[in-house]
Amino acid sequence: MQASNVFFLLMGLATLGFYLGRGRSLALAKDLRGIRDLHSLPNYYGYYTALWCGLPALLLLCIWVVADGSVLTGVVMESLPSAELPSDSVEYTLLANKISNLSIGVLPSAGQPDFLLDAAQQLRYLTQLSSWIMAVAVLALAMVGLIWGRAAVSANFRARQRVEKVVQYALFACACLAIFTTLGIVLSVLFESLQFFKSVPVADFVLGLDWSPQTAIRADQVGSSGSFGAVPLFAGTLLVSVVAMFIAVPIGLMSAIYLAEYANRSVRAYAKPALEILAGIPTVVYGFFAALTVAPYIRDVGEGWGLSVSSESALAAGAVMGVMIIPFISSLADDVISAVPQAMRDGSLAMGATHSETIRRVVIPAALPGIVAGIMLAVSRAIGETMIVVMASGMAANLTFNPLDSVTTVTVQIVTLLTGDQEFDSPKTLAAFALGLMLFIVTLILNIVALQVVKRFREQYE
Amino acid sequence: MNTTATLGTDNMAMAAVKKPTEGTDVSPFELAAEHATVGSFEVENAKMSIKNVNVYYGDKQAIFDVSVDIGKNEVIAMIGPSGCGKSTFLRALNRMNDTVDGCRVEGDIRMDGQDLYSPKLDVVELRARVGMVFQKPNPFPKSIYDNVAYGPKIHGLADTRVDLDEIVERSLRRASLWDEVKDRLYQAGTGLSGGQQQRLCIARAIAVSPEVILMDEPCSALDPIATARIEELIEELSQNFTIAIVTHSMQQAARVSQRTAYFHLGQLIEVNPTEQVFTMPEHALTESYITGRFG
Repeated sequence: MQASNVFFLLMGLATLGFYLGRGRSLALAKDLRGIRDLHSLPNYYGYYTALWCGLPALLLLCIWVVADGSVLTGVVMESLPSAELPSDSVEYTLLANKISNLSIGVLPSAGQPDFLLDAAQQLRYLTQLSSWIMAVAVLALAMVGLIWGRAAVSANFRARQRVEKVVQYALFACACLAIFTTLGIVLSVLFESLQFFKSVPVADFVLGLDWSPQTAIRADQVGSSGSFGAVPLFAGTLLVSVVAMFIAVPIGLMSAIYLAEYANRSVRAYAKPALEILAGIPTVVYGFFAALTVAPYIRDVGEGWGLSVSSESALAAGAVMGVMIIPFISSLADDVISAVPQAMRDGSLAMGATHSETIRRVVIPAALPGIVAGIMLAVSRAIGETMIVVMASGMAANLTFNPLDSVTTVTVQIVTLLTGDQEFDSPKTLAAFALGLMLFIVTLILNIVALQVVKRFREQYE
Repeated sequence: MNTTATLGTDNMAMAAVKKPTEGTDVSPFELAAEHATVGSFEVENAKMSIKNVNVYYGDKQAIFDVSVDIGKNEVIAMIGPSGCGKSTFLRALNRMNDTVDGCRVEGDIRMDGQDLYSPKLDVVELRARVGMVFQKPNPFPKSIYDNVAYGPKIHGLADTRVDLDEIVERSLRRASLWDEVKDRLYQAGTGLSGGQQQRLCIARAIAVSPEVILMDEPCSALDPIATARIEELIEELSQNFTIAIVTHSMQQAARVSQRTAYFHLGQLIEVNPTEQVFTMPEHALTESYITGRFG
């Protein structure tokens, strides 16, 4: 039987458990003075029984599904004639895959050696057996749980607290999931980065001023210096992000102030969604807007002033990116500004402050933590943005702080390093992970700094 | 009988209150169709003079034809059941109602003869002259010092830091808060207790030397001890300021005010010297209210 079928059966059993537990509590209540003499409401007894029925069995099901494949393959591999068993771990995995593919029928069996066909046959048999055992075991456990849970139902039994405890653990598990995912991502990036740092010293990577990741395949190739200095990339990222923030922060903040403080209801009803549409435009679309419209325009204007502007410039990418992230700032800032209590404004207005003084001296300081949070979100967005930069500011890893030059960013380089055919043992590919790690560390530091800044300058209202 | 102004005997009041559904004239749940305020609503040396004021929230009328004077250095208390328009009336006096969408004020409100609703009037300047203390203490999320210095700073009342320090200290002393906070002037005002916060708000209001202070139930969120301190403070302040206070506590009105105005469903029913209002009210509704028959 398939795991999904077992799952649905299990859910059915749990539902049954709910009604059985609830029914038993109602039956108990009948002999007393009604539901009021039960410790918990009947539904809680139902949930309690359902949880006993469903949870342990579900856990067993999960473990079985996860462990099933590798255990069975291991058993089959053990039974192979030792002469055929490869000693190399890579070869071993390949063989195991071959057997499992044969057993499912993905690989045609014609022309395969007999011992493999036998093994596949055995695997098929074992898989089937295992799934049946699983179904029986899981459902049996569910039944035991159901009986156990239902037996526990009594008038004094504190089902309410028990159920809520389980809910609390479930919430905790969800919170952990997010943390473990982050941890998993960090670790996976970290291990690949360590591989990379075996071939390129950390100092060369972090402090190197030259980025040209082409490694030579043949010794006589030209232009394959293979130098991995990340500084130009981070400089480029910084430059583009700073340009973007210069556009997004003032415009976003001011539009938020207008929307929250000055706009009347009907204007707000249209203006706010309209602003938020900006966030819904795909970044690729922004990318070609930047590349085809903004960048040439900036170049033309620049040339009019006698400046030399590259046709793909950090300014173009940053400006368009800034427009893209306006709604992140304006929307969040609008929310926190609106959340500042009217009593604060009244207090200030009643002192004879004008509307604008009230906003500058009372409302904005009170809303500061939320505003900074919005800006931080926007900064992360700017640093992580790839598409616009690829299209509008080029790929050249120039170490420059001139926004009219073409630059490249960390994320763009990660994309170029990881697209196309890659070999996962060359520093060129692994460099992508090291860049990712660095980027992660940089944004982490930025976030911590921002939190500290907010902590120091916040004005907390009650 | 519709002219409630002529009412005043005990019998009629009793009848009205005991049988409010009978359609006799002074049901506490209906507006009097024709109405005039009874009592001494005019004074000789008026600081503010309010004539025939109506206030509307959108289509709904909240204040009906209120006329009353507020004397110089007088404490006038406004009492009445919840929703009777006391606060709305108070907020009309420094045009705080301007901040409420759809709120409209008609009639004539003058301070020292100057029309407060004239288009030429500078609202910002008016509010500096007519300060306000709110029901819930609303100190700014700034330090105690900055709270008090807020008004003087925006109005440019202090040229130097020394001047400002002096204003802050003087205001806090007048609000009898100085001794409690002088060692922590630079800590957050929101960290004070409720009563201290309210006194801080009073200090903030008097820091700009207003002429009139409006208080909208300033003690309703405070415990009895904090309330007693605020009441003492009001008495002291009345030497220099004209004070209009809205309160739900009749004892408070009796303790702090010279005159008391009774509001009922947006109408000003009676204005008289406080002692008289609480001992021999002229109007049946006033009597019903102060004897606790409703409200």
